[in-house]
Amino acid sequence: MSTNTQRPIYMDYAATTPMDPRVAEKMVQFLTPDGEFGNPASRSHPFGWHAEAAVEAARKQIADLINANPKEIVFTSGATESDNLAIKGVAHFYGKKGKHIVTSKTEHKAVLDSCRQLEREGFEVTYLDPEPNGLIDLVTLEAALREDTILVSIMHVNNELGVIQDIAAIGELTRPRGILFHVDAAQSAGKTGIDLSTMKVDLMSFSGHKIYGPKGIGALFVRRKPRVRLEAQMHGGGHERGMRSGTLATHQIVGMGEAFGLAKAEMEKDRAHITRLRDRLYNGVKDLEEVYVNGDMAHGVPNVLNISFNFVEGESLIMSLKDLAVSSGSACTSASLEPSYVLRALGRNDELAHSSIRFSIGRFTTEAEIDHAITHVRKAIAKLRELSPLWDMYKDGVDLSQVKWAAH
Amino acid sequence: MSYSDKVLDHYENPRNVGTMEKDDPSVGTGMVGAPACGDVMRLQIKVSDDGVIEDARFKTYGCGSAIASSSLLTEWVKGKSLEEAGQIKNTDIAEELALPPVKIHCSVLAEDAIKAAIEDYQSKEKQS
Repeated sequence: MSTNTQRPIYMDYAATTPMDPRVAEKMVQFLTPDGEFGNPASRSHPFGWHAEAAVEAARKQIADLINANPKEIVFTSGATESDNLAIKGVAHFYGKKGKHIVTSKTEHKAVLDSCRQLEREGFEVTYLDPEPNGLIDLVTLEAALREDTILVSIMHVNNELGVIQDIAAIGELTRPRGILFHVDAAQSAGKTGIDLSTMKVDLMSFSGHKIYGPKGIGALFVRRKPRVRLEAQMHGGGHERGMRSGTLATHQIVGMGEAFGLAKAEMEKDRAHITRLRDRLYNGVKDLEEVYVNGDMAHGVPNVLNISFNFVEGESLIMSLKDLAVSSGSACTSASLEPSYVLRALGRNDELAHSSIRFSIGRFTTEAEIDHAITHVRKAIAKLRELSPLWDMYKDGVDLSQVKWAAH
Repeated sequence: MSYSDKVLDHYENPRNVGTMEKDDPSVGTGMVGAPACGDVMRLQIKVSDDGVIEDARFKTYGCGSAIASSSLLTEWVKGKSLEEAGQIKNTDIAEELALPPVKIHCSVLAEDAIKAAIEDYQSKEKQS
């Protein structure tokens, strides 16, 4: 346990990770008068040269984790900007070639809303339904590809479910057809292997703060061979080979580079640690009745465990779990009063969507924290089921799907 | 989302949780809401021969505000006549619990629940 006992146990690593202290230590060297605070674009003095060298070293650290060329890395403000740049940038550059885009219903909002914007501009978008476990069926995807399809955008690891899409196989479908393939890898970098020397991915989005780096920095991989063109979305000084103008945030970039470097060095260690803790957590709650895993543990990253506890509403569960920082697919935790669109896209019924909790753990999660979480969850489920008329009815053998509810 | 102290108190220590025999002619049961909407309330009242609510019990599936609204309601209806209880307004509940605008529907559901329980009791009375 951390020394700060006032704060809940942090189990929301898929929302953001704390920075690794080694990253923070490196970043502060690029800010103050005695540090390398220069503008990497300054060519006339050592302040600029040193900052540029630091940026290029970070670029290489990022490229090394994913087996790419550093020249293929474009820095952005985060994965949302990377998704926007990739999707709108491709659509605007290749729009004369075709106006059709394929994506899925469980993508991040940065992808979905970029696609919605393109629809308003006259593009046509196919939103694929995932299988009940969250995976995209390759046959379905292939069937959606058309003569005028210019782009497929499918995320690597889903942020709510943790399921890993087979992006290597999708690339084999898109490349021979001359269709560009974009992957949002914000949740996968450092968690599962990415090899862009073999995967036929053309564009890939990354985030700093999902991988123990700083917030406010991301990157887009833009393949050079075969060459991918983009229309810039941010215009100005022509930074990042014209694809993204704006003074490079040296300290952020250095931090992201360090985080990717650490991920490369420690990925196996992290994965073993997190898998062991995820299994411990799941084993500690799975014997409660009516527990459903959302996603697919066999085809997922270990840091996300999304569970529905039937007959218990998610927001009240989170209220009971005030000593745990987790998130829920419950409508009541969202501004829209709609349950998670991801869980609904899987065909989960609304009750189970309302009852879902996402535990996401990471490098700094401890066994003691997992054990505390198990105790809290078991207590909360028992309490709330005692309060739940649905649990009563279930115990009495009533089939809830046959009850005529007074919907409101 | 932050909750008022009153919501937290009812949530932490819900009053009058439980179940009554729904076939008992002196018991009225109101079940409102739907699982798909994220809240279901079951309110039961036990009514004396002279039309006074002697006891009330609830169970609620829903968010903290829904649980608090129904818990508060059981406290309020006890000792009231059916007519008085039927006049409880959702706005009274929302005000007492300081519910934020997005949670007003929880208090509406509580008002619906007491009305449904009274109606159930009265329909039983007519039959007998």
